Amino acid sequence: MIIARILGTVVSTQKDQRLEGKKLLIVRPINIDGTDTSGYVVAVDTVGAGFHERVLVVAGSSARLAAGMKDAPVDAAIVGVIDTVDVTP
Amino acid sequence: MQLARVIGTVVATVKNESLQGRKLLVIQSLNKDLKEQGKPLVAVDAAGAGVGELVFWCRGKEASFPFKREDTPTDCTIVGIVDSDSHVFRG
Repeated sequence: MIIARILGTVVSTQKDQRLEGKKLLIVRPINIDGTDTSGYVVAVDTVGAGFHERVLVVAGSSARLAAGMKDAPVDAAIVGVIDTVDVTP
Repeated sequence: MQLARVIGTVVATVKNESLQGRKLLVIQSLNKDLKEQGKPLVAVDAAGAGVGELVFWCRGKEASFPFKREDTPTDCTIVGIVDSDSHVFRG
């Protein structure tokens, strides 16, 4: 899993049936120390995360295993809102 | 699978219900000489590892196999603890 920060939202009316009712967010992978990296991912939100929050993102076929995502065509899902990251150097 | 060092912990109160009760750890992947390679990742712990320990981890869908495999959204899971650094033999 990677840590990412929520940058924005995506609105899509015409989409796969199994994605209906799912919130799509733009997230940017960040470093452990909170600094931004480049790039972004569109991820399905399964926890109710909000703008600018640090979240856990699962990528690949595992994203489908999150509760509520069964058989949905997704390869990135937000599965947690991070409270703290504690790293001992 | 790859070797990694556990370097920290992550606390996430709000999470997908299928991850409830799972321990989340920050790991730094290592190469065969036990030197850092790549960026740190967040892993679910299936082995009872702690900070500072040398572990090996599994990526991809297989990462969910130690748990309820159709029900645990993880792409990075610690599946074993290496006894010590000197137990890594290389030719």
